Amino acid sequence: MPLVPSNFIIANRHMRRREHAITGNRRLAMWIGLAVPLVLFWLCLAHARAEGLAKVRLMPLWSPQAQFAGYYMAREKGIYARYGLDVDILEGGPGRSPLQSLISGEVDFAVLWLATALQQNDDGLKLVNLAQIIQRSSLMLVAKKASGIAGPADLQGRKVGLWAGELSLPVLAFLERYHLHVQRISQAYTVNLFLRGGIDAASAMWYNEYHTILNAGINPDELQVFSLHEHGISFPEDGLYALEQGYRKDPARARAFAQASLEGWRYAFAHPEETLEVVLRRMREAKVPASRSHQQWMLARMRDLIMPADATETLGRLQLAGFQAAGTILHNHGVIKDIPDYATFTGDADAGH
Amino acid sequence: MRATKSIARTFTLIVSVCTVLIFSVAIGSFYHRSRVALEQEVANNAAHLVLASINRVETTLHAIGKVAEDTSRSLEIAGYHDQSLTTLLKETLLDNRDIHGFGAAFDLNPAFNPPHPVVPYYFRQGERLVFAPEGNFQHLSQDWYQIPKELGQMAWSEPSFDKASGTILMTSCSVPIFSDNGREKQVRGVVVADVSLEWLTELVASIRVLDTGYSFLLSRNGTFLTHPDRDLIMNETIFSLAESRHKPDLREIGRKMVLGESGFVAYTNIHDVSTLMYYAPVPSTGWTLAVVFPEAELYADVRNLTLVVAGIALAGILLLTAAVYWVARRVTAPLGALAEATEAIASGHFDTELPAVKSSDEVGKLTLAFTAMTGALKKYIRNLTETTAAKERIQSELKMATDIQASLLPQLFPAFPDRPEFDIHAAMDPAKEVGGDFYDFFFIDPTNLCFLMADVADKGVPAALYMMVAKILLKTEGQRLGEPEQILSRVNEILAADNDSCMFTTVFCAILNTENGEVRFANAGHNAPVLISGGQANFLSIRAGFVLGPIAETVYTAERITLEPGDVLFLYTDGITEAKSRSEELYGEERLLQTLQAASRQELAEMIRTVRAEVFRHADGAPQSDDVTMLAIKYRGMAARNP
Repeated sequence: MPLVPSNFIIANRHMRRREHAITGNRRLAMWIGLAVPLVLFWLCLAHARAEGLAKVRLMPLWSPQAQFAGYYMAREKGIYARYGLDVDILEGGPGRSPLQSLISGEVDFAVLWLATALQQNDDGLKLVNLAQIIQRSSLMLVAKKASGIAGPADLQGRKVGLWAGELSLPVLAFLERYHLHVQRISQAYTVNLFLRGGIDAASAMWYNEYHTILNAGINPDELQVFSLHEHGISFPEDGLYALEQGYRKDPARARAFAQASLEGWRYAFAHPEETLEVVLRRMREAKVPASRSHQQWMLARMRDLIMPADATETLGRLQLAGFQAAGTILHNHGVIKDIPDYATFTGDADAGH
Repeated sequence: MRATKSIARTFTLIVSVCTVLIFSVAIGSFYHRSRVALEQEVANNAAHLVLASINRVETTLHAIGKVAEDTSRSLEIAGYHDQSLTTLLKETLLDNRDIHGFGAAFDLNPAFNPPHPVVPYYFRQGERLVFAPEGNFQHLSQDWYQIPKELGQMAWSEPSFDKASGTILMTSCSVPIFSDNGREKQVRGVVVADVSLEWLTELVASIRVLDTGYSFLLSRNGTFLTHPDRDLIMNETIFSLAESRHKPDLREIGRKMVLGESGFVAYTNIHDVSTLMYYAPVPSTGWTLAVVFPEAELYADVRNLTLVVAGIALAGILLLTAAVYWVARRVTAPLGALAEATEAIASGHFDTELPAVKSSDEVGKLTLAFTAMTGALKKYIRNLTETTAAKERIQSELKMATDIQASLLPQLFPAFPDRPEFDIHAAMDPAKEVGGDFYDFFFIDPTNLCFLMADVADKGVPAALYMMVAKILLKTEGQRLGEPEQILSRVNEILAADNDSCMFTTVFCAILNTENGEVRFANAGHNAPVLISGGQANFLSIRAGFVLGPIAETVYTAERITLEPGDVLFLYTDGITEAKSRSEELYGEERLLQTLQAASRQELAEMIRTVRAEVFRHADGAPQSDDVTMLAIKYRGMAARNP
């Protein structure tokens, strides 16, 4: 998940301060701000009516990047339209929670971690897993070999960067597995604290922060990497979710959305260069830092994470084993009281699968 | 003319090639040395430029850092709280125009007695200072707060664009505020100074080298903070660029940069242009400032100058080549004319005029020598022509003499087809055109056949003439006298009577009685003949006798043998026994006997051919000094006459 448009938070802070400097243009901006959405809204409405497409909205976990390439391509290449959908992909990012947007009804679908969904489910917000995009944990702990860390035991007593909330659960499970007591340092969305030596080990996504570290000039052979899935921590990550009540209204539409999204992923992996262009374009539109080589790496890793490793697995299908393993970890950490019924959670009970 | 061209061309070619080589080495070395010198100078200039720029940057950054640090120290020492704290922050910001925003952020731990608001903050808006405290505690997990807190020292954050305009780079200088409770020093918060990097961006952009050179600034992480290619700024790091362009060497350069090293390196930039780059770190922030010089432009002056020099050299070489060729042609042209004339002389035109001698140099001397040689040649050839004509005349006369001499000897075999009781055969091969050997056979009366073999001393024309006399005398006297000793005595008397030249001849003279096989013979110094009887060949034991010619009253004795039917008498001259091989070995009497014995059963013609072939084989082409002559007579007996 998180991407870190590195420095985003700081940028945000600067932004807020600079707002006050542009009062001169505020009137004009206000008019444009009112007019543009109205015109767009009218155009979309007309478009949807003309095509007879169902208008739905999706919010990914974070601001645009290759982590969501499949959805962009499904929209870009008219795959959603073929499934009778007109999908508006909103921008995620700091201060824009897909979960909150789902709850508020701003969007119909959201990309969420399985852990988030299970936690919400336990809290009474019923969510349906329409598709499990990433089947395993791509989380890793990264340390510099120079700091004398060669195995999990060397982490004992060290400063370890942890993300907030459920994102830290797989790492905590890893630490528990090796009976490690570490100084937990709250880690934001950059790896600068790690790069500067403020912490000994950082949480990192294989497809994102790990490569950011490499692109800050640290060579792979200088890093000691603990990939959680290699240490028995299987934690499915990105999945497509809808509110149960929304899903019930039109299960077919939700299923169509999931199928079209998977098809978008297949297209993205089959046409990486084209996909890369689309991703970079969306990133520039969203004004987030866009490094081609970084997005190329991310797309390649998404392929490793999303495409089934063997023929027995189905693309996009939440594996029962992974579901239960994640549920057990959450249960053991007291995050959830009960592991929900698999069939209900995946909507199978209603869809009659 | 070919020789002329060749010398001139070779000469010209060698001179030109050598000149080109010398100039190439000279110009190449000039270019190389100029480049090295220029590179050195540029490296120095670049270092000065970069370090001077860095100094300017450093001065400003250091001052900002000092403000934050001083504020932090003040907060540690004095008990600023709430109102006094915000006042301190506001006044500090007011005094420091380089700082855009100034504030402090504190840990929430009650032990550290956090103020309210926990993040007091002021920022500049035109001439006004705006108070904008944050209260959502997000600072706790943000770089500008966390890094100085965890490191316990001042830290400059990774720059980022301000979100409002999206074009102005901002960075923060944060200094930890320590709390000393007597036991340990702990960080209770940080002082933060936000700085707009607009001035820095402008400064770096203003660092220009040559026309197309440029400079760029990298953050501590290798992120492009400034670069002429705006797409790179804040999007790419030098490492992501190295990755997408597959340039591992760029990554290595980048690693040196972020490690705070400085250096002068050759580097192929993003537009695939060969460049030289100098980079050095900005000490307080860990950033890297680099200036890039395109090689092509850097070396343009040297290259242009080198090209001009090369052009002048080329023109000079062309001129030199033409001059050398002209001189070479001038020197070799008389030689060419001389060669042409000499060629005509060589093909026999001795009257060809040699070119006029214009100078007394080597060519003039050569022409004079050729003139003299032509005269001598002409004279020599005239003599040679005359001599050859004379020789040819003698040759043809000798040929005729040979024919005449040959026609004098009986050459028709079988000589007496109507006389089956005996068989006779003979052959002569003269060593020169005319020989001194001769043989003869003739009937004195119907019963007695005279046959003889003679060898005149000396060879050639004198011997041939003497032989003619001797032969005619022997035949005439033989037919008149009928006894061998008388014949030899008589002929000796005649020859000796008028023998001023002291010539002499050996003769073996024999008369065969064809009815009973009796042979009467007398010898005048000739080799003993071979008798082949009953398959055995032996030399006849005979008196030697004295040669015909020198002494008048020589007496010859008659001897006699009787041939049995089938016996063969073989007469020969010393041309056979003294025939020499190439190794000067004589054919010898022993070989002759063996050959005759082996050929004893052959017919006479065959036998003579065999002996002749054997002698020739022995000689094996060695020139022979004596005539080879032989005669064989075989007695068959009267029984052969009445079958």
